[in-house]
Amino acid sequence: MIKLAETILNGLALGSVYALIALGFVVIFKASGVMNFAHGSLLLFGGYVTARLHDTIGFLPAVLVGAALAAALAGLVQLLATRGLRGAEIHTLTILTIGIDVLLSTELNRRVGADFLSMGDPWGADVTQLGDITVADSRIASIAVAIVVISVFFAAFRWSRWGLSMRSAAADPEAASLMGIRLDRVRLIAWCVAGALAALAAVFLAAFPAAGLDRTTSQIALSAFPAAILGGMDSAVGALVGSLVIGLTAAMAAGYQSELSALGSGFSDVAPYLVMVLVLLVRPTGLFGSKELTRV
Amino acid sequence: MSDTLSPDVSPPPTTGASPDGSGGAAGRRSQAASRAGTVAVAVLLLLVLPFYVSSFWLQTGLFAMAAVIGAIGLNLLSGTTGQLSLGHAFFLAVGAYGYVWLAADPSGTGSAHLYGLGLPPLLALVLAVVLAGVAGGLFSPISGRLRGMYLGIATLALVFLGHHMMLNARDITGGFNGRSVPALEIFGFSFSDTSPDGLAVLGVPFGGLERLWYFGLVLVAVAWLAARNLVRGRPGRALAAVRDSEVAAAVMGVPLSRYRASAFIVSSMYAGAAGALLALVFKRVVPDHFGLLLSIDYLAMIVIGGLGSVGGAVAGAVFVTLIPHLLTKYADHLPLLTAPGTAGSGVTPGDAARYLYGAAIVLVLVFAPGGLAGLAHRRPRRTGDGARRNRRFPLRTRTTSDPQGVEGATPKEHTP
Repeated sequence: MIKLAETILNGLALGSVYALIALGFVVIFKASGVMNFAHGSLLLFGGYVTARLHDTIGFLPAVLVGAALAAALAGLVQLLATRGLRGAEIHTLTILTIGIDVLLSTELNRRVGADFLSMGDPWGADVTQLGDITVADSRIASIAVAIVVISVFFAAFRWSRWGLSMRSAAADPEAASLMGIRLDRVRLIAWCVAGALAALAAVFLAAFPAAGLDRTTSQIALSAFPAAILGGMDSAVGALVGSLVIGLTAAMAAGYQSELSALGSGFSDVAPYLVMVLVLLVRPTGLFGSKELTRV
Repeated sequence: MSDTLSPDVSPPPTTGASPDGSGGAAGRRSQAASRAGTVAVAVLLLLVLPFYVSSFWLQTGLFAMAAVIGAIGLNLLSGTTGQLSLGHAFFLAVGAYGYVWLAADPSGTGSAHLYGLGLPPLLALVLAVVLAGVAGGLFSPISGRLRGMYLGIATLALVFLGHHMMLNARDITGGFNGRSVPALEIFGFSFSDTSPDGLAVLGVPFGGLERLWYFGLVLVAVAWLAARNLVRGRPGRALAAVRDSEVAAAVMGVPLSRYRASAFIVSSMYAGAAGALLALVFKRVVPDHFGLLLSIDYLAMIVIGGLGSVGGAVAGAVFVTLIPHLLTKYADHLPLLTAPGTAGSGVTPGDAARYLYGAAIVLVLVFAPGGLAGLAHRRPRRTGDGARRNRRFPLRTRTTSDPQGVEGATPKEHTP
């Protein structure tokens, strides 16, 4: 029972980190229809900046700088996509993000090397006892921060001017631009927000019980792909639900590894993908994704 | 609405025939003749190569041949049909491991036991290709229904699930350490160094690589011709129609899900052949080779070569395969590079190759969206902007509401 509770808490913490990443995917997809394959590299970039700076300027400023730089980098990618590829197809833009990912990840992997970079986070390896349940402080922090950040995001999406432009641009870009919404700017902001969210997620991915930021961290970020797809690429709520499902799945598969040994070691790494494929078999556009309509 | 930008009656951009028809029949004939001459010279060069070059080049060339076959297959799927796939590495793995499992004799005992059917290698090779096709077919409930990005990510799942299976199905795959590959043998003629007859042609000893070289050439030729016929024929037109507009294709009587699924199966079979050839050259299969990076390599090949063009896929595959090998071989002579294994902060050849082709993807997409194939075909064009755009971005989506697409929606004009 205690194990189950701990596993669920772990799953929620993991899900909250995935949610930060998956929201980034969804925002970018809603704004420009692109599946951003460079997201893992952006995440690693944000984490790398934080890891390098925290000694000199302290943890919190380092996170802010990391998020800001990751946002700027994401914005740059979007600028390249719109300026360089004006009129290109969505698929072409997606492949462009793969090319950018190759460049970025090669450079970052070279810099990180085989090291585990410490993020200098204040939680360290501390744990908290909730009754009989033991939880790492970093996990509690990740849930708390994710709740705050995601609430702010949804509030902004619902009530701010940017949220309004964003929603109308996603609903009908032509009509939106005719009504005076500057699509390029909306898209730019969307990419920047996604980049900042990814950098934030990197901090928690590298925190205890992980050993630190290393070159595989960006691969972990790939697990947020199933989360976004599972919920439906164009649904922010879907991203949240998908992230929780994926987080719980991964945590369960890891926590009950010995009971699942028939499925092979390391099953927890692929369980999210299995769940995603099963869901897609039933609902080809995810749980909350909008169906593609065709009128002739 | 964006469909107005391409009155898509023009043949798919894959045919290589110029839609503008400039030059007339005579010009075209001489063009065809010069092209046939180029092909003949290239073929002759490839045939005599084993007599002159070292085994390094033969091996690199064979890797390139495997990549060529795989890239042609992926191009049929992504370039011609417009389905994004990141799962190519999985199907290569099915081909490679399938061949090993079918051709190898069972060996070992206890935990080191390895299954094998011990079939004749040529039969095993054919069956491995079929096996890859079956794997693609099993995926068709998903590949036939999912579109665009969803399919891309679903195929991503294949890579990870496949990698997991390769690591855990130890008695078939050999687990993390992989498994050695039995040499190819056709009707008693062995494609290995250890054959007793010690074959020498014109004084040049013909070892396994030399023999495999010709086998690879035959495979590539078959793959190329089959793909060209497919793309230029009725199925190719149907697939291009599916890519351009599913609704229009369905209205014209193209059975959508069947064509989408078959494109996936054919592409998987190409990947299976590529994987089996790769296994024969490597002489050992290991799971880590068939990861996401390999899938991205293949995507890079077809983008750099030019989406939708068979010749482009070949060029892209050769480019992406050769670069790392060349950089590794000449690392000592190149500035900024350090040889692998040496300490220091320099750029390793592997990294340099990845920089190069990452940059190549970005640059090709921004400056030459037709890829290498597009550059080769570039000549003054007299048709209107619409046709040109259509050619530049063969991977079309059905998104009708995107203003970036609308921007190009000027009606096609035939300026005199």
